[in-house]
Amino acid sequence: MTLPAPSRTHQKTKRPAQLFRNLNAKFASIPMILTALVVFVGGTTWTVVHSFTKSRLLPKLDFVGFDQYERLWSSNRWMTSVENLLIYGVCSLVLTMTIGFTLAALLDRKIRFEGVFRTIFLYPFALSFVVTGLAWQWILNPDFGVQNVVRGWGWTGFAFDPLNNPDIVIFGILIAGLWQGTGFVMVIMLAGLRGIDEDIWKAARVDGIGVVKTYVKVIIPMMRPVFVTALVIIASGIIKLYDLVVAQTNGGPGISSEVPAKYVINYMFRAQNLGQGFAASTMMLLSVIIILVPWAYLEFGGKKRG
Amino acid sequence: MNFTKKMMTAALALAASAAHSADLEVTHWWTSGGEAKAAAAFAKAVTEGTDHTWVDGAIAGSGGTARPIIISRILGGDPMAATQLNHGRQAEELIEAGLMTDLTELAEAEGWADFVNPTALLDSCTLDGRVYCVPVNIHSAQWLWLSHDAFESAGLDVPSNWNEFVAAAPALQEKGIVPLAMGQQGWQQNIAFAALTIAVVGVDTWRQVTVEKNADVAAGPEYAKVFEAVVDARKLAEDSNVQDWNLATNMVITGKAGGQIMGDWAQGEFAIAEQVAGEDYTCLPGMGLNEVIDTGGDAFYFPVVDDLEVKAAQLEMASILISKEAQVAFNLAKGSLPVRGDIDLSTANDCMQKGLKILADGGVLPSGDQNLSADTQTQIEDLMAEFWASDMTAEDAQGRYASIVADAD
Amino acid sequence: MVDLTSPVHDRIVDGPRGAKPKSRLSRRNIFLYGTLLLISVYYLLPLYVMIMTSLKGMPEIRLGNIFSPPVEVTFEPWVKAWSQACTGINCDGLSRGFWNSVQILLPSVILSIGIASVNGYALANWRFKGSEVFFTILIIGAFIPYQTMIYPLVILLREIKLMGSVWGLVLVHSVFGMPILTLLFRNYFTSLPEELFKAARVDGAGFWGIYLRVMLPMSIPIFVVAIILQVTGIWNDFLFGVIYTKPETYPMTVQLNNIVNSVQGVKEYNVNMAATLLTGLVPLIIYFASGKLFVRGIAAGAVKG
Repeated sequence: MTLPAPSRTHQKTKRPAQLFRNLNAKFASIPMILTALVVFVGGTTWTVVHSFTKSRLLPKLDFVGFDQYERLWSSNRWMTSVENLLIYGVCSLVLTMTIGFTLAALLDRKIRFEGVFRTIFLYPFALSFVVTGLAWQWILNPDFGVQNVVRGWGWTGFAFDPLNNPDIVIFGILIAGLWQGTGFVMVIMLAGLRGIDEDIWKAARVDGIGVVKTYVKVIIPMMRPVFVTALVIIASGIIKLYDLVVAQTNGGPGISSEVPAKYVINYMFRAQNLGQGFAASTMMLLSVIIILVPWAYLEFGGKKRG
Repeated sequence: MNFTKKMMTAALALAASAAHSADLEVTHWWTSGGEAKAAAAFAKAVTEGTDHTWVDGAIAGSGGTARPIIISRILGGDPMAATQLNHGRQAEELIEAGLMTDLTELAEAEGWADFVNPTALLDSCTLDGRVYCVPVNIHSAQWLWLSHDAFESAGLDVPSNWNEFVAAAPALQEKGIVPLAMGQQGWQQNIAFAALTIAVVGVDTWRQVTVEKNADVAAGPEYAKVFEAVVDARKLAEDSNVQDWNLATNMVITGKAGGQIMGDWAQGEFAIAEQVAGEDYTCLPGMGLNEVIDTGGDAFYFPVVDDLEVKAAQLEMASILISKEAQVAFNLAKGSLPVRGDIDLSTANDCMQKGLKILADGGVLPSGDQNLSADTQTQIEDLMAEFWASDMTAEDAQGRYASIVADAD
Repeated sequence: MVDLTSPVHDRIVDGPRGAKPKSRLSRRNIFLYGTLLLISVYYLLPLYVMIMTSLKGMPEIRLGNIFSPPVEVTFEPWVKAWSQACTGINCDGLSRGFWNSVQILLPSVILSIGIASVNGYALANWRFKGSEVFFTILIIGAFIPYQTMIYPLVILLREIKLMGSVWGLVLVHSVFGMPILTLLFRNYFTSLPEELFKAARVDGAGFWGIYLRVMLPMSIPIFVVAIILQVTGIWNDFLFGVIYTKPETYPMTVQLNNIVNSVQGVKEYNVNMAATLLTGLVPLIIYFASGKLFVRGIAAGAVKG
């Protein structure tokens, strides 16, 4: 993704500057302005404000200070959700980046059938999380899936039952998440690798630096912006994790695979405790801000200097 | 082809509306085999008894999934003509906000108060003296379902109460049978917890906690026994790895499990599998220890709509749902008890007869839905989901339960 | 930051530069292709298992293992998934969800792309005071968890009487698709030669004239990318579908989840897998048919996360 100002900003002054001249453009931008102000700013503010109320089934401006937040952070289910998201998030970030980059690097080694491999690695990304979740639910089914097959091969003590084991269920979801998303990171990485000058490789070869070493010492540092982009994209996707869990485990067994996004929806609509749901969604918003602000600072703070 | 089909439907709908009939969208979460059959019985009664059409809006995934969708549609200004909701406190705020149709006049004209039994059912449809819902059945959740096959294959007699069941469990395990089938969902585990509570501590103590919200009793020594009983039950259910309740029931039907603690709706599944109560399976109300049942159940609410035809049709529908014929057809399919005390249910099977007898003897309790808000319910269900699926100690669980009770409203 | 919408991106799909490697069975090649093949198995396995399961009868599923091909191929699960599977007393399978999804998809794609392309055009060529501010809010909005905006949108849709209707959902999709699409079009229009715009201005063409006669004809590729992006994104949506529609108008993903999770008697895994495949078919077809453009689309859609 890119956020640079359009390259010809300097020409802005040459254009007619009068207010009315741009009326059409302003008129055409009304949907955008409404979306930005009413939905994004307005909606978010509304939710944050109502998170300080004791709204139950209907939103009411009945302020209770930080009560909802206190309850939120003393709720085991929320803690489990946050913990799951952290485990999933860290594993997913590290593994997606590593696998994505490795795949991209392998594909970049001037191989035959590159297109075929790329197609194979990327196709899961076209599928929805619901489809992904259901497919893996079936493969990980203890009575019919992988566990059963391996036992059928004679290894009867084999146990691989992540979806019914509270301790590792989140990894069952992770397997599915990685399957769906790594191809996409591979594409971003590949774009980065292809943007690197051929001469770098030539120079490395002349200096006698090995392939792996060149990647680690030269290429990866050069690709820092690509890594940052991928990181931000994956991270903001992880926080939204919802459909996959709903389809694959629906939070179970017990509450062992709950995630924050699901907590929000559950408390807003099912427990009929809007205030609690709003408080939880405000926490989600906060965590996004914590990810975004340093990134925006690095990206745009740097540019101003240049 | 699909287009022509749609045109036909549209044309039909137009023609029908001329005869003052309305399409009544009805949302509910009756999606298991027995439940769907019961819903179909109602649909048939409405379609045949009026000029209106029942447009089925089934939402899968139990009440926890369906309620949010139903409520957000009512709040969103796009109400259905009628919807299933468990009566009790779930709809309280919707009624207060004036979103539900007042059925008081119909109820008075038809004399619902005279035949609804137990009267608590109508009370929970009533807010400030006005009636807002039609109770359609009585569901009780304190049942233990036992597989004859499972016990026979282990060479045992079928237990007659929970204690015997626990004692028989090791023999079942030796045969590779899971003693207790348990769907891994909070609401099911909560049902098991509630059933064990009444079986272990009895009605009075239960009432102190659930109705009067006495957190001291909840934290006290009597309730400690309940949580220990749950820990025992948890061990018995260790090898049960299904999620849906009806899959757990299926384990009992096929003899893969010895028993299941589940509401009387499980009966619908046995019926579909063509099993006979007393021969293929046994049901023990109140776990065979305290023969009481709660009087929770399903009710239909009619959200306020603008369309006058639908408005009129809603009342007609309400009247049909509580009529004798519909009550019999529906409840026989669903395995629940009818809300009318004045109908003959001699065709009912062994289990329903047991339930009817308890009802007649007055062994009834208000259900959790009527005592606890959705918020508190959700918290308890979350706790149970965690308690059953982890190795949380009885003391920890009890402590947290007591604090939820203390905060309950 | 890398510009993933720029032509450099085409290099992903054009392949590496330089001479093709000599094909020989070196240790390096065995390692390379071996690794790639192994990884391919992980990616292909689920698809393979789903297809195999969907072609088996239930007795065979209970006895056999999930990796073995069907002894007796049956298409009955597919027929059942499409037209007979039940939710409650509705037993018309996934077909209803499919048509609902189509009905949601077409207006959503047209509306969201229409709005966003005009936005992008205005931002690239007709910047006005504050336009960049709104644009920045829009882009930040793309990162805000939907959960914070779900409820306000319920209220909003209620006020404009669109709650529960297909149009309400179309609006929601247009709103949440706007950030990434606007970004896409803005960058594309910015990359077009300035002279075109100037010449049209000299000829006296106005805002809409230039958009329709100059910009549109030049932007077919980016429109195709946007369409691919939106079709797959909207088709795969679950969250909005489940909240802003009703059972009658449920999109296919929601209905899939319903069918798979509403068990009558025993779970029919073959029907479930056929249903899952049917739901995934539309984006898969688009993926395999569009190839290169899909890669560009998702790379461009990176911000959507």
